[in-house]
Amino acid sequence: MPEQNITYEDITPLLLKYPKDQRHALAIMQDMQRHFNYIPRKGLEALADYLGCHISGLYSMATFYKSLSLKPKGRHIIKVCDGTACHIRGAVNLVSGIERVLGISADEVTGDGEFSLELVNCLGSCALAPVMVVDDEYYGKVTTDRLPEIFDALRGEARP
Amino acid sequence: MNYTILVCCGTGCIASGSLSVVEALQNEINSQGANAEVLKQIKKTGCNGFCENGPIVKIMPGGISYYKVKPKDAKAIIAQLGDEPVEALLYRDKGKAVLTQKENPFYAPQVKVALRNIGEIDPCSLDDYLARGGYDALKKAINMPPNDIIAEVEASGLRGRGGAGFPTGRKWRTAAGYDNYPKYVVCNGDEGDPGAFMDRSILEGDPHTVLEGMAICALAIGANEGYLYIRDEYGLALKHVEKAICDAEAAGFLGSNIFGSGKGLNLSVVRGGGAFVCGESTALMASIEGRVGEPRAKYIRSVQRGLWNMPTVLNNVETLANIPVIINNGGKNFASLGTEKSAGTKVFALVGKVKRTGLVEVPMGCSLRHLIYDIGGGIIGGRPFKAVQTGGPSGGCIPADMLNLPVDFDTLTSYGAMMGSGGMIIMDDRSCMVEVARYYVNFLAGESCGKCTPCREGLRQMLAILTDICEGRGKEGDVELLEEISETVLDSSLCALGKSAPNPVITTIKYFRGEYDAHIKEKKCPAGVCTAITGFEIDAAKCTGCTLCKKSCPVSAISGTAKSAHEINKNICISCGACREACRFEAIKTVQKGGLANAD
Repeated sequence: MPEQNITYEDITPLLLKYPKDQRHALAIMQDMQRHFNYIPRKGLEALADYLGCHISGLYSMATFYKSLSLKPKGRHIIKVCDGTACHIRGAVNLVSGIERVLGISADEVTGDGEFSLELVNCLGSCALAPVMVVDDEYYGKVTTDRLPEIFDALRGEARP
Repeated sequence: MNYTILVCCGTGCIASGSLSVVEALQNEINSQGANAEVLKQIKKTGCNGFCENGPIVKIMPGGISYYKVKPKDAKAIIAQLGDEPVEALLYRDKGKAVLTQKENPFYAPQVKVALRNIGEIDPCSLDDYLARGGYDALKKAINMPPNDIIAEVEASGLRGRGGAGFPTGRKWRTAAGYDNYPKYVVCNGDEGDPGAFMDRSILEGDPHTVLEGMAICALAIGANEGYLYIRDEYGLALKHVEKAICDAEAAGFLGSNIFGSGKGLNLSVVRGGGAFVCGESTALMASIEGRVGEPRAKYIRSVQRGLWNMPTVLNNVETLANIPVIINNGGKNFASLGTEKSAGTKVFALVGKVKRTGLVEVPMGCSLRHLIYDIGGGIIGGRPFKAVQTGGPSGGCIPADMLNLPVDFDTLTSYGAMMGSGGMIIMDDRSCMVEVARYYVNFLAGESCGKCTPCREGLRQMLAILTDICEGRGKEGDVELLEEISETVLDSSLCALGKSAPNPVITTIKYFRGEYDAHIKEKKCPAGVCTAITGFEIDAAKCTGCTLCKKSCPVSAISGTAKSAHEINKNICISCGACREACRFEAIKTVQKGGLANAD
């Protein structure tokens, strides 16, 4: 959802799920991330208001934690595990395969807003290396020739 | 006879399709007709550890185990219950079919303490946990004076399983000694070491054990509130832990009145934000408090002033999973396993280029060789072993001539590596040690929080030098410079992340200096991994024209017809090495990439 279409009515329910306490800041931002696919500026402002803290502190959290993003991500989020086991079993080749198929590098979004690509730390599924996760669906022992089929099936499909 | 069909539904097996196997089995049970005398029930269990061969299905009683089960196999499995096993689904060791996990070379040498329930119970069922003696330890502890609980943990010799190996009993005793309240108990489930997944497995497969361990700790130190900090990426673990907390509260095992004793413990789950440094105790606590997860200098330890400046005990998931066993069976009994200074068992994640990948629990002090060759079955494809990387990014690489070293807290540390949280990444001759060092430094440079200069700037410079070496721009003196920066980062960083960050570089230089020299002096990557200086050629004499390499090439750089020698077009080749992995005849040779080595 683009920033200008987001209203405080969209944001408030996410805030009210938690008591007004600084320790819930991270959880609220994670919920925003899930809901909007990023953290809109309005969201940070509303949260600062709600918790009675300064927006700069929230901004520093939003840029510190990897699961939070200030820029919109694609509708489908592709996470390629670059843990050691995946790394030595070809995660780098998998990423360059995705780059060839979708034309995006890590931390980029496809032009149509369908996919974004992330290189993530170990997902703890080393037995299936190399591992790719798209929208919480795990793909183990992925070879580059399977990629077009996987992405074609997802394209146009609603985000879960 | 009543049968229970245990289907592994850990993250690994789900990724291999175990949920559709559950569905198919249920359909078969329904369609093959119910027999009043034969009760068949399916249980979704936690991770069996042998994820590579998932989905895993185990039939109880008897324990016949099937591997790589597909939905279409459900018919035979149900039809042959109590009959001849389905031969095709059994694990094969050197060609011989293996019926149960007891006979399986992967499981047989293991001693399960922390993992005792995993794969045996449905993690979402409190009754399953109770049926295996769950919460007995808590019931016992509630009537013990705190001092006795701590004494028992001290007697067990249990040391923190997260990596540092601090004696758990001593930590509890210190926290119990402070007289300011509230106190907190925190479970560190922010498992960030690449290649380690024991904590995920325990949280997913046996969440109540961890809660019980926390409750016992709370009784010992006098805490009423606790937090579980779990990585956001571990979706299934989060779900199971949250359900377990609800169930345990409803049953009166947690909450305001544990077993009607008037003592209480409220637990909450905090989802991690995806920052490796948050595995460090003070950073983790900052993160729970709702701040940026930066560590602080530990002039005052967190047992004295931790969460919100109050006394706090932070224990790792695996440490807590051992607690109920210690209380039930006594500390002395626990200490009888393992070595004198490292008591009990340790869970290792055996990953990388090893034949049998998975989670393994063995008594401390067993040798690396036993782990990698007897349990892990050696290297994939029978290739030569080169190194094992232990302890995550803070650990080191151990070469082949040190395989007989016993694995415990102290031995590996004295050789520059560490046991760490238990990740063991096995590497063969096709793993480049310089690139591995670069990989870890890259990881840590990205995860450095930036608060202190040695870690932030030192790692960045080390990464630049290592990248140059890997891409063929290495210079004489680079290795010495790396050593010098390493020393500064080790000595002067603020927290354990920086203090141990140079370990992979130091150990690879120490044990694999030759590879650094080959990269720097000859612009050659002996393992054929560093793409900027590596090219591939097909040895026409060895090529059988099987076309496997051609099919595996992602950029169609290989030409040739079946049964005749193939050829690689060097102008198209991206040096990814996929052809070499595919070739079964060792026909793909690595060569120096001509002319590109010095291009910048």
